[in-house]
Order: sequence, then C-alpha cells, then structure tokens
Amino acid sequence: MPTMFMWAARDWRRRFPAFIQGRRGAARDGGIAATRGYIPQAVSSTTELRRTPLYDRHAAAGARLIPFAGWEMPVQYGGIREEHIAVRARAGVFDVSHMGQVLTRGPDALNFLQRMLSNDVRRIPEGGAQYSVMLREDGGVLDDLFTYRLADCEFLTVTNAANHEKDLAWLQAHAGEFDVDVLDRHADFAMLAVQGPNARPLLRTITEGSLPSRFHACQRAVAGVPMLVCGTGYTGEDGVELLLDPEHASTAWDAIVQAGASPVGLGARDTLRLEVCFHLYGNDMSEDRNPIEAGLGWCCKEATGFIGSEPVARARREGTAEKLVPFVIEGQGIARQGNPVLGGGEVTSGTFSPCLERGIGMAYVSTARAEPGTRIDIDVRGRTRPAVIERKPLYKKGA
Amino acid sequence: MADPSYPADLKYHPEHDWARIEGDSATFGITWYAQDALGEVVFFDAPDIGAEVTKDQPYTEVESVKAVSDVVAPLSGEVTAVNDGLAEKPETINEDPYGEGWLVKIKLSDPSEADALMDSTEYQGSLD
Repeated sequence: MPTMFMWAARDWRRRFPAFIQGRRGAARDGGIAATRGYIPQAVSSTTELRRTPLYDRHAAAGARLIPFAGWEMPVQYGGIREEHIAVRARAGVFDVSHMGQVLTRGPDALNFLQRMLSNDVRRIPEGGAQYSVMLREDGGVLDDLFTYRLADCEFLTVTNAANHEKDLAWLQAHAGEFDVDVLDRHADFAMLAVQGPNARPLLRTITEGSLPSRFHACQRAVAGVPMLVCGTGYTGEDGVELLLDPEHASTAWDAIVQAGASPVGLGARDTLRLEVCFHLYGNDMSEDRNPIEAGLGWCCKEATGFIGSEPVARARREGTAEKLVPFVIEGQGIARQGNPVLGGGEVTSGTFSPCLERGIGMAYVSTARAEPGTRIDIDVRGRTRPAVIERKPLYKKGA
Repeated sequence: MADPSYPADLKYHPEHDWARIEGDSATFGITWYAQDALGEVVFFDAPDIGAEVTKDQPYTEVESVKAVSDVVAPLSGEVTAVNDGLAEKPETINEDPYGEGWLVKIKLSDPSEADALMDSTEYQGSLD
C-alpha cells in the first residue's frame, strides 16, 4: 500500500557512537527500519527538512520528530504500542501530509493512466479508488499508488513521499503522445488518515453528509473544512483518508482530535501496516523486484498493456525464484530489515507486533520454501531465531 | 514512565549505562536518558550466567518496537545474575530504570576501573 515512513538508517546494523547530539536515524526510501542505537530526543536544525502544516500541533503535543523522506515527521507522541492499540481498539489520526499527489486530467487521462499503472484503470468509477503499482519497462516497481477518479477525465494519484519527484518525472516523460496534463499537486494538499473502529462514527459527528464507502471518495465538509474524503487506509482498520487545503489542516486536525481520535505517529503506522502485511515501498518492494515476487500480482492486469506488463506476464507464467512471505518469530527475538534468512533470503520488514506480542515481518525466500507452515531460521545479528511462514494477514480482527 | 533522574549513588558510562558498585560486585542498567530515547522496551536479550563482560564493550541488546541498542558494560567482570523478571515485563526498564529494571549483576574483575566512570553530575553535564 502506498505510504510510508521510517526512521532509520540504511545501515542500521552499525553501532552508533553513543548519542550524537541531534538526529540519529536517517530518512530513507520506503519503510521504517529499526534504528540502531537510541532514538534522539530532539531533531537538530542542521539539515533542511520540510514541515507539514501540522508541525506546530505535533511539537505542542510533545511528539518525537524524525527526518523521513526529507520531511520532519512525528514518529510517536506517547508511545508506539499505545498508539497502535488505540487504532485497533478505537481511532487514531495520522498526519501523512508528506505523501505526494499528482493530478492527471484531459481527454486521454484514462488511456494514459492505463498505460502507466498496472491495474485496470477503466474499472475505477467516478468517485472510486484503486490500488496499483507503476513499473519500469523491465517490471521493477517504481512505486505503489492509490488513484482516485475525481471526474470522467480527472484522476488524483497519491505517491510515496520519497518517490514523488521520481514518479512525477516518469509520468511527465511518458505523457507526450497523450492529450493530457500531468500536474504536481503536492503543495496543494495536506493529508490526514483517520483509522480504527471508531473512525467513521467520530467523523460523522463533524461531517456534513455521509461518508464514502470503502474504495470510494467524495467531497465533504469536515469541521466546516471542504475536503476530499476517501475510504482508504493503511492500517487494516476501517477508516478514511482526507485530502484538504493545507491552510485548514490545523482546524480539521483539532476537530478530529476533539471528537476523540488519538494522534498516532509513523512508528505505529508501520507496525499497524505490517501486522496486516501491507507492503512498504523501499522495504518490501523496489525497482529490483517485480510485482509477482512481491505478491502484488492481484493488482496487475497485463491485458491492459501497461508499461512492464510483458515481464510481469512472463514472471506470472514461469514463476519467480523468490517470493515475499509473512512470518512470525517463534519465541523471543525481533527480526529487522536486512536480517538474512538462513539457506537464502532476506527480511525486508521486521518489527515487534503489539497485538501478537511477538516478532513479525516479511521476507523474500526461495519459492520452494514459501508455503505457509514452513519453518525458517533468521540470523538476527548473529543469533538464530526460528520463525514460521504464515498466511496474510498476520493480525486478524477478532482473532 | 518515571521522571528524569540520575541517582547520586551510581556511576555512569558515556554510553548511557549505570553501575551500582558494592565492593567487588556491581549491578548494571541503562539510564533514564537511554530508556526515554529508546521508547518502550519490548525485549531484553539476557546474557548467560557466567558470561564475561568487558568494560566499554556491548554485552547484550535491548529493543523497543522500532529500535535496537547495544548495552555497553561500564565495568569488566563475570555475570552472576540476570533480571529474569524482564523476560515477562521488559517495560520495567522504562518504569524503574534504576530499581526493578536492573539488567545484570556482575562479579568485577578490576574494581579500580570505576575510577574512569562519571558521577551523576558529570553524566548529566554530558547530556546537555
């Protein structure tokens, strides 16, 4: 699913020399890997980071701010575990304004996106939403994206923050033969996610009109602020994502918190998505992996002729050497991104699951060993930790 | 979570570890600053009884949901006890870092190494 965060150094295995004053983790494409060493108390002002319109709200709430994909983002307010549980049990609100938006409009908008995106864009109704990946010619994944059809010939696509400029350039470079405008709208939107079993009930108290159903979007006024309300999310819970004018983001945030949603940082966003096995770009997929091995064949409709459809069709037909699988650690230990799987393979995302209270993650393993129930051993910094490959999702509601 | 504190009866290592020295033995733990920076601890990888630890070298790890940190030995010696309670409740390290959240007890091989450690005032000065 599109999104995310991370604080973390590419080389998080390295021991950080004591506490460096200022920032410890480094933003990197994709997900939140584990940070090696303690997380710093404060972010120094030595690098130029962009701030969302809600920065003051986060600072006032005592959030721990970290650099993520060039943005200064809240990783946690109180604690990751309590924020995670708040979303599973009640409702949380996330500032995801670092995520980008690209507007595609014009007579050829549909045909253009059908060429650029892996899914069948014709199947998005007006007011609908669809998940897809965007691929290179060789099938490598450039990004994963949600696209909303705002009107017959107008589509809004949400990008991962770290990929936004790359995505925009790729889209514009291929737009030439189409009668279409591809516009950068990142600066025009703040983005919030309200997620959890209470998300819709609490939003109804401050929204004029009904909320959109899952994978649909509509214009509504929430707390008097006009916005695009989308029935999407990245937590495995019901809820919505909100796209609105940055000038009014604080008004909406305050009203949503007042209505009962707990502020939740990027740390819990990562643990929530991993419990339900949503992919994180930069961790679980990359330009070096095709969507078939990443388990994203379901959003690839090769018959539409999208860029990269031929290698995808071949991978689907012939199979892939490796496959992305979810796992649960048996006993103690927490696998982290980059830990080797003994006998071949690598962990791409790993964390402690607040709901399962165990180490969980996703890893690429050889297809021969990818069946649920297969036991694997993971090298966690020199210690062998046994794990079992499971079916997704790892966390099931009510289980 | 407890308020910031740095008890005067402890010795401090710059890697944010403390030692409570009693004759030729000592108890080790991590400081308030360390546990706060790490966030809620979810896993303490207890070393084996009898393991040798070396001053300034990591002897185990603590992990929060999204971070891992080595724990550095402030002094050298042999592990004589580990805090078994942390297996069930690792968050005790956050709640009571100098008390119930202790990590290991050590038979010191060279108690004079303590001369190189900081007192509470010096350590707090190093945090500014």
